[in-house]
Amino acid sequence: MEWETVIGLEIHAQLATHSKIFSGAATEYGAQANTQACAVDLGLPGVLPVVNREVVTMAIKFGLAIDATIPEQSVFARKNYFYPDLPKGYQISQFELPIVANGHIDITLADGKSKRIGITRAHLEEDAGKSVHEGFGDNTGIDLNRAGTPLLEIVSEPDMRSAEEAVSYMKKIHSLVRYLGICDGNMQEGSFRCDANVSIRPKGQEEFGTRAELKNINSFRFVEQAINLEVERQIDLLEDGGEVVQETRLYDPDKNETRSMRSKEEANDYRYFPDPDLLPICISAEQIESIRQELPELPDAKRERFIKEYGLNENDSLILTAQNDLADYFESCAKKVNSSAQLCANWINGELTAALNRENKDINQSNVTAEMLADMIIRINDDTISGKIAKQVFESMWNGEGTADEIIEKKNLKQVTDTGAIEKLVDDVISQNDNQVKQYLASPPEKQAKLIGFFVGQVMKQSQGKANPKQVNQLLREKLK
Amino acid sequence: MHQSTLAGLSEALRSKQISSTELTEHFISRCKKHNEQLNCFITINEEQALAAAKDADNIIGTDSASRLTGIPIAHKDIFCTNGIKTSCGSKMLDNFIAPYDATVVEKINQAGLISLGKTNMDEFAMGSSNETSYYGAVKNPWHLDHVPGGSSGGSASAVAAMLCPAATGTDTGGSIRQPASMCGITGLKPTYGRVSRYGMIAYASSLDQGGPMTRSAEDAALLMNVLAGFDERDSTSSDQLVEDYTERLNNPIEGIKIGLPKQYFDDGLDSEVASVIEDSIKQLEKLGAICKEIELPNTHLSIPAYYVVAPAECSSNLSRFDGVRFGYRCEDPKDLSDLYCRSRAEGFGNEVKRRIMIGTYVLSAGYYDAYYLKAQKIRHLIRDDFQTAFNEVDIIAGPTATGPAFKLNEKINDPVSMYLSDIYTVSVNLAGIPAISIPAGFVSSLPIGLQLIGNYFKESQLLNVAHQFQLATDWHQRTPEAFA
Repeated sequence: MEWETVIGLEIHAQLATHSKIFSGAATEYGAQANTQACAVDLGLPGVLPVVNREVVTMAIKFGLAIDATIPEQSVFARKNYFYPDLPKGYQISQFELPIVANGHIDITLADGKSKRIGITRAHLEEDAGKSVHEGFGDNTGIDLNRAGTPLLEIVSEPDMRSAEEAVSYMKKIHSLVRYLGICDGNMQEGSFRCDANVSIRPKGQEEFGTRAELKNINSFRFVEQAINLEVERQIDLLEDGGEVVQETRLYDPDKNETRSMRSKEEANDYRYFPDPDLLPICISAEQIESIRQELPELPDAKRERFIKEYGLNENDSLILTAQNDLADYFESCAKKVNSSAQLCANWINGELTAALNRENKDINQSNVTAEMLADMIIRINDDTISGKIAKQVFESMWNGEGTADEIIEKKNLKQVTDTGAIEKLVDDVISQNDNQVKQYLASPPEKQAKLIGFFVGQVMKQSQGKANPKQVNQLLREKLK
Repeated sequence: MHQSTLAGLSEALRSKQISSTELTEHFISRCKKHNEQLNCFITINEEQALAAAKDADNIIGTDSASRLTGIPIAHKDIFCTNGIKTSCGSKMLDNFIAPYDATVVEKINQAGLISLGKTNMDEFAMGSSNETSYYGAVKNPWHLDHVPGGSSGGSASAVAAMLCPAATGTDTGGSIRQPASMCGITGLKPTYGRVSRYGMIAYASSLDQGGPMTRSAEDAALLMNVLAGFDERDSTSSDQLVEDYTERLNNPIEGIKIGLPKQYFDDGLDSEVASVIEDSIKQLEKLGAICKEIELPNTHLSIPAYYVVAPAECSSNLSRFDGVRFGYRCEDPKDLSDLYCRSRAEGFGNEVKRRIMIGTYVLSAGYYDAYYLKAQKIRHLIRDDFQTAFNEVDIIAGPTATGPAFKLNEKINDPVSMYLSDIYTVSVNLAGIPAISIPAGFVSSLPIGLQLIGNYFKESQLLNVAHQFQLATDWHQRTPEAFA
C-alpha cells in the first residue's frame, strides 16, 4: 500500500528578552544553577506574576510576519501538572485565547515550487526549570534558572507531507524569528526546538491516522531523522496488522530510535483555566500598527528584491536571505563591488560558507569581512588576479594574512597580462612538448578543443597561475595552427 | 490604654503621654497573658516589636513619623513577613520563613506601626470558624466555648480581647467581616484590587482581598490610608487614585439611600439577629438615611458558585506546596509520587484537602463547562444584581452572618451547614465590591454585626455611614469583661 505522511510541528522559540516573562530575573544562558531564579520563579507562597510587556510586542511582531490575526484580547491560562522542575505546580500558558491566530508561511520545496503551511496559533508561555540527574547520587537536583523564560509556542496545521517539508518549514520559522530579532535561534542551547506530530494514512484517504508526538527535538537533522524513523515504525506497524497508539515518544539521537514516553491514558488532564493573577492582554489597533511600522524587511520580500535588484538566481537568493546577517553581508559586499552581484553571491555561498562551516562559525564571526571580500572581488573584476588565484588570496585573508591587496603584493600574485611575457611562456611550452603538439595538429577540430587544455594548464603552471588565462588561450590557438 | 482606638493612641503618642515602647510592652504582656486562653497568636514577635518601638520613639514628633508611627498591630499569618514564620495556619508551612515582606506588611512597616505578631487563622484561610487551623481553634473572647468566626479568627479575637489595637485580615468569602461580626469589631473588605495581594498567600486569587480589622470605622479609615494603593507587583491591583479615607467620615448621611435586600432577611436569618439588624436600620433612618427594600435575586446562587470558583482556584494555587522546595516534606519518600502524595496528605488538613478535591474535580476535562464556566456565569449575574441595585440606592445594608458565633465543634463536622452560614458575605466577593461589618448589638451576650455594602471603590462612603452610626451608638465600644 502507498502511505502518505502527515506532519504538524509545535515549535518553541525562546524570546530574546533580558528578563523573564513574569519576573525581573535575568534569562542569560549558562549561569550557575539557581542564581537566576527570584522569589517569583521559585513559586514562593504569596508571589504574583507580572507580564513582561516586551514579550507581547515580540509575539505581535511574529503574528504580523506570518499574516496572522492578533485578537484584541488574549488570556493567560494555567496548565496544571506536578513536576519537580515546575515550581508552581502549573505552567502559565495560553489556551483558549492565544495572542496570535490563523497565520501562514510559504516554504520552497525541493522542486522549487512553493507550498503554503498554515499556522494555527502562536501563544506565550513560561519555560520550566531543569532536573539534573548527574552528580547527586540517588537524588535529583533542580536548576530553576530556566523557569519563567519566555517562550513563543508556534503550532502549525498538519500541512506537511514529508520530513523534508517539515525541515523546510522549521528552517523558515527559524529564519523568520531571527529576522524579527525575537529569538536567537540557538538550537544547542535549546532556544529553538520542536515537537513533531506524525501520522500516516493510505494515500488518498481523507481521514487522519492516529498520531504520535515526538518530543523536544533540537536540530534540523534530528527532526528529519526522527520523523523518517517514526514514519517507518508506523508503516511497519500497520503493514504487520498492528495499530498506531496515540502517545508521546522521545527521539534518542545517540541510538537513532524513538521510544514511548507515555500513552494517551497516562496523559495529564491539565485542567486549564484562566489565570486569575493576570489580566487579559488587551491590544489596540494603534499598538499593532506601530509595531508593524517597526518590522524589518522579511525573508520573502528580501528574496524577491535580491532577484530584482541584484539579478541573482533564485537559489542563491533563497540561501542568502535565509539569515538576515548573511543577507546584510551580501548587500554590503555587492554594494561595495558595485557590479557582479552574482559573483559576490557565488563567493559567499561557495568559499566563504565552506570556510565558516569548516570552523563552525556564524557569518558574524567570519574572519573575512564583507568589505575585504568586496575588495578581493574588485581585483578579479579589474583583472589584477584570476578567479583561481583569488581562491588562494581568500584562504590567506581567512588565515589573517591581511587584505587582498596586501596579499597580492606580498605574494606577488598579480596576474601577468604583458603579452610579451606570456608569449615567451607559450613558446617554451610548445617547444618542450613536441609529441603533444604533433598529436594536436593531427587531430580534428573537436578534439583540438579538448587537447588545448593541456597546453593552457602547462602555461598556467609555469606562470604559477598568474598568467591571464584568456590571453594564454588566445596565443596558443594562434601559435598552434 | 488597651481600650483605646488607633485615633486615641495616635494622640497619646504624639502628645508624649505614653511612649511606643510602653505601649508595645503593654500589649505584648497582654498577648502573653491571654494567648494561652484565646490561642489567637501563632507567633509573638516580642524582640522585634520592642526594637521597632524603640526606633518609633526616636522619630515620633519628627517629620519622619506618620500618624500611626509607634502603634502596635498584628498580621494575619497569611501575610509573608521577612524573617518571621508565615504558616498560613498549616502544618505545610510550619517551617516556612519568607525571605520577603508582603506589600501590606511593607506598607504597615513604612508607616511606622509595630508588628506584635502573626495571628491564627483557618488553614490557608479555608473555614468560617477558625477550627481548621493546624495550631488549634481560636476562642471567642465574649464566650470561650464559642468560635470567633473565620478565617481571620485570630485577628478578630485579638482585637476584640484588646491584645492589639488593630490587625490585618483577608476576606475571600467573608473572612474579615464574619469574624468581625462574631467578635464585635469593625472589619472592612475593600474593593477587589484596592489592596495589593503581593505576599498574601493565595487561597482564591480572584476573590482574595486584604483589609483592616479594628475597633472603629475611623480606625479602619486610618489603616486604609496606609494599605490602599496600586502595586506594580500585583497585576490585579487597581491604579485608581487613592482617597483620604478619613476625609468624609464626618459628613452627615442625611438623604443617603440604603437598600435592604429582601433575600437577606428571609427564613435563613436567626430571628433575634433580624431584630438587632432592624434596630440598627432604624438608627440609620434616625440619622436621615432613606431605607427601601431591594432585590438581589441571585443571592441563593452565590454559595454554590463560590464553592466552585474558590476551590478551583485553590486547587491550583496550592499545587506549589509539593514538598520539593519549601514547607513540609514527608519522611523518607520512596519515589517522586510518594514524595508528593505523602507530603500533601500529611501536610494539609481535611478542609484544605476537601477543597482541593472539589476544585480539581470542577476543572477536570468534561466537567469544566458544567461547573467552572457556569459558576463564572453566575458571577456575572450576581455582579449585575448589585449594579442594578446601585442604580437605585447608595449602599446596601443587612446582616453579616446568619447568627451569632456558634459553639466550638458545633459545625465542624457538617461542612455544608458551615458553608451556608456565609450566605450574606460571599456574593460581595464574587462581585468584587467593598463591604464593612460593624458591631450592631448582641444576641445571648454574643455580638452581632451589621453589614454595609458599597459599589466599587466606595470605601469612603461605607466608612462615612459606619462612622456616623458609631457616633450615635456604643456597640463598638463594648468589650468582653474577662479581658477588660
